[in-house]
Amino acid sequence: MDYNAIGLVAGIEIHQQIDTKEKLFCHCPTALRDTAEHSGAFFRYLRATESEMGEIDRAAQEEMKRDRKFLYYTYDTTCLVENDEEPPAPMNDEALSLCLTIAKMFFMIPVPQVHTMRKLVIDGSNTSGFQRTALVAVNGALPRGGQIETICLEEEAAQRVKDDTFSLDRLGIPLIEITTSPCMHTPEEVQQVAEYIGMVLRSTGKVKRGIGTIRQDVNISIAGGARVEIKGVQELDLIAEVVRREVQRQVNLLMIRDELKKRGASVDYNDHWDVTELFRNTKSSILKKAKKIYAIKLRGFATLVGREIQPDRRLGSEISDYAKVCGVGGIFHTDELPAYGITADEVSQIKKCANALEGDCVVVIVGANEKQAGCAVNQVIIRAKKALGKNPVPEETRKMLEGGSTAYMRPLPGAARMYPETDVIPVIIDDARWNATTGPELLTVRAERFTKENGLDPSMARQMAFSERLPLFERALQEGVKANLAARTLIATIKEIQRDGVAVENISDDTILAVLHAVETGRAAKEAVPDLLRSMASGSTVDDALTHLAPSVSREELESIIKKIITERAEFVAQKKKSALGPLMGVVMAEVRGSVDGKVVSEILKRELERALAKNP
Amino acid sequence: MAVVKLDSGYNIGVDPVSCTFVERPPSSPAKQLEVIQNNNLPTLAIVSTGGTIASRIDYRTGSVTSQFDASDILTAIPELKDIANYRTIPLATILSENMTPAIWQDLARAVYDEIRNGVKGIIVTHGTDTMAYSAAATSFMIDTPVPIVFVGSQRSADRPSSDNAMNAVCAAAAATSDLGEVAVVMHATTNDDICAIHRGTRVRKMHSSRRDAFQSIGIESIGTVEYPSRTVTLKESTIRRGKYKLALHDNLEEHCGLLQFYPGMSPDLLNAYQGYKGLVLAGTGLGHVSTTLIPRLCKLIETGTMIVMTSQCLHGRVCDRVYDTGRDLLAAGIIEGGDMLPEAALVKLMWVLGNEQDLKKAGTLMQTDLKGECSSRSPHGL
Repeated sequence: MDYNAIGLVAGIEIHQQIDTKEKLFCHCPTALRDTAEHSGAFFRYLRATESEMGEIDRAAQEEMKRDRKFLYYTYDTTCLVENDEEPPAPMNDEALSLCLTIAKMFFMIPVPQVHTMRKLVIDGSNTSGFQRTALVAVNGALPRGGQIETICLEEEAAQRVKDDTFSLDRLGIPLIEITTSPCMHTPEEVQQVAEYIGMVLRSTGKVKRGIGTIRQDVNISIAGGARVEIKGVQELDLIAEVVRREVQRQVNLLMIRDELKKRGASVDYNDHWDVTELFRNTKSSILKKAKKIYAIKLRGFATLVGREIQPDRRLGSEISDYAKVCGVGGIFHTDELPAYGITADEVSQIKKCANALEGDCVVVIVGANEKQAGCAVNQVIIRAKKALGKNPVPEETRKMLEGGSTAYMRPLPGAARMYPETDVIPVIIDDARWNATTGPELLTVRAERFTKENGLDPSMARQMAFSERLPLFERALQEGVKANLAARTLIATIKEIQRDGVAVENISDDTILAVLHAVETGRAAKEAVPDLLRSMASGSTVDDALTHLAPSVSREELESIIKKIITERAEFVAQKKKSALGPLMGVVMAEVRGSVDGKVVSEILKRELERALAKNP
Repeated sequence: MAVVKLDSGYNIGVDPVSCTFVERPPSSPAKQLEVIQNNNLPTLAIVSTGGTIASRIDYRTGSVTSQFDASDILTAIPELKDIANYRTIPLATILSENMTPAIWQDLARAVYDEIRNGVKGIIVTHGTDTMAYSAAATSFMIDTPVPIVFVGSQRSADRPSSDNAMNAVCAAAAATSDLGEVAVVMHATTNDDICAIHRGTRVRKMHSSRRDAFQSIGIESIGTVEYPSRTVTLKESTIRRGKYKLALHDNLEEHCGLLQFYPGMSPDLLNAYQGYKGLVLAGTGLGHVSTTLIPRLCKLIETGTMIVMTSQCLHGRVCDRVYDTGRDLLAAGIIEGGDMLPEAALVKLMWVLGNEQDLKKAGTLMQTDLKGECSSRSPHGL
């Protein structure tokens, strides 16, 4: 696809959890917990409130369409601030400093005074009904010419356990939000920028690692389309695909609009009927249970509601997402019926009731009550009208589905969702503080240094620099361990034994270092490293493992072992001459069980073999 | 610093020197309130005094202040319209720490007028910090045939999680119920499930920030309101609607004080109360202060200050007959405050001294249960 021609414009927002000692607005640790460990629970309702400008945010208003009760899990590591039962503590200074460091790394300008805001979010993920966020710096630059618009310091939301149940351990962990300008024009470029920003963030060494600790939101529009924000892309590799699929969706929605226009399609609020009675004796279990069923006729929409606009997504899915806001399970439409237990006969009855012509599509709404079904009818009509309007791509916030397609979440929030956080006093960033802020060495630069100064090959150097074990690697270097030994152990060996099912998380950094030192001092052979680590993972101490797996063998002992082996195999040696070296090496190594470095064994074995051959040529 | 609101909605602070005046935006017209009332429902009066239930940001200080009047509350909490029809009386817009006995009197008069005009119940919106004092003061000043319900919120009304809506809805339910006394209605737990109805003379704010901060001390709460069903359940001993005839006794003697004793307290502090008509002491344990204070207390009593002893334990009753110090205090002429809360005792003392000139009779009144503030029995465990 020619992305230039279709006018692709994209920007990203990166949300990265940072690894501070305490949360952003309370003194709880930033520890993530197993939900089974929760110590208590409570429930609340949330309602939309007005901004200080006297408006209610449209995204918040949409959430208010359902009556929702939220349940929260508490832990011995959460407090009344997470429960929304105590005013917040002052903004965590460690988090602010790190945010300034990152701002400096992107050549940004800090705001003179940081004001904490409340961003209205009433989907239950914040007990307060808002997320605290503060704009810290503006106007940054990316190496290839793109711009970073803003960097904000936010509090992380609570983790959804299931449906309307949330876990409070994650709520309040500091989060850095970096927003680029809409400066990218191809899917690949978006992914590259995300990778670069991720690298800069990790260069600080103070960001959380692992699934869910970094999330990307992507803003995308094409000419004639609209700005759509896709939330929560967790895998970096999927970003380009998400962009490609969104472009595809917008292109298809534009095409559907043109087709609808050509057909003279129309949507009218009066084109809906109560068909609850029609399904009194239906075989479909969903319809049988329904308290209220409505049919809505979309004139001229036949076949288009069922048309795919993205892998596994149809215009019908978009309409269905809108209806779900009211709490219904979804919609049925005649493009996909008969199916789901609804018979061909029932379909024709619906069509008859709605006076539907060949080219019309009829949407069926199933509600638990009049209010829910009525709300869903409105939503279906609103969404269908948009499909044939001047802007057939609605501005919205969408969530990513598995594979990279997306579903509607809510309208794009506006500025009305921001309200000052009156409980937090603003913080001044003066010149002294800004001037004293310095950025660390980038991981890419560090990788080059590992190659140049420490002799690692470039691929190994890059892997090491980007690894979570980078701090341990640097500590090992400092303590005199050779770079290659340390890097191979930390990158390759540990991964290998982990693949074999060894619980490598049980091996402490100190233990790994002790093993590396044992090799460096000749106490153990490097060949013994995997076995030593395996044994320590299952609970052995360093000393026990060394005694058991690498009993110390002196040079004299080694020489006598080798001599003994050569004597015992005199016939073999006589026969094979110098080529006996290889097979004998294996025999000796098995005997000394990893206590001696292979290089030393080979050296002595070679010498002794030559001596033996000289005696008995 | 000057606060700048960006298009994104974020605020930042910048040096005012770097700002240039461009134009003054046109002032937006005041919002038209369309509060549709249902005349088939009972009429309640909402008397607003301010507090968190009706607070929002003040651009002068950047902190939260009370600016809403009662009509704003109705607009913000539409469910209230299903419960009753409302008259709204904006009495004050203050944070409750700025409350005074003079405003208690204004409040009592306003409430009295509304009841006389025929409302079926009263809701007083009030800051939570001193709500218990105002509820006690209203209890003493008015004999009421209808519910007078105090309500507030612990988390400000400008947040989606505020307890204001549920508390207000439960208060309205209580104010239309069979209740016949002055009460405080606030969250009973941290969940949004039940509000407790507390007697106005027995309630105390026991936590600085939790939703369930209000607790009945010395008795159980006198009822509950379930949410969202709004089912009101009253205890058997709770006073029912219509038991008392409406009467207003709005005199208060403001020259009364409340002093918490602590180890090592200097007797000189008592000099500040010279000339006061009354002083409530929150003593230790069963109602004690150090022996060194007794001569000065004697002097205060001799010069006409009535002194009432309560306990800083809050739970339990004063008994000055057990230890020597207690007996010395009794000999000096202090009055045992029974199981009254120190704050309720202070308000009662103001009311008693405002309405009874005879000190002996006043002393007897202080030990008589007037509005459920004290009792002769201590039920087990409370």
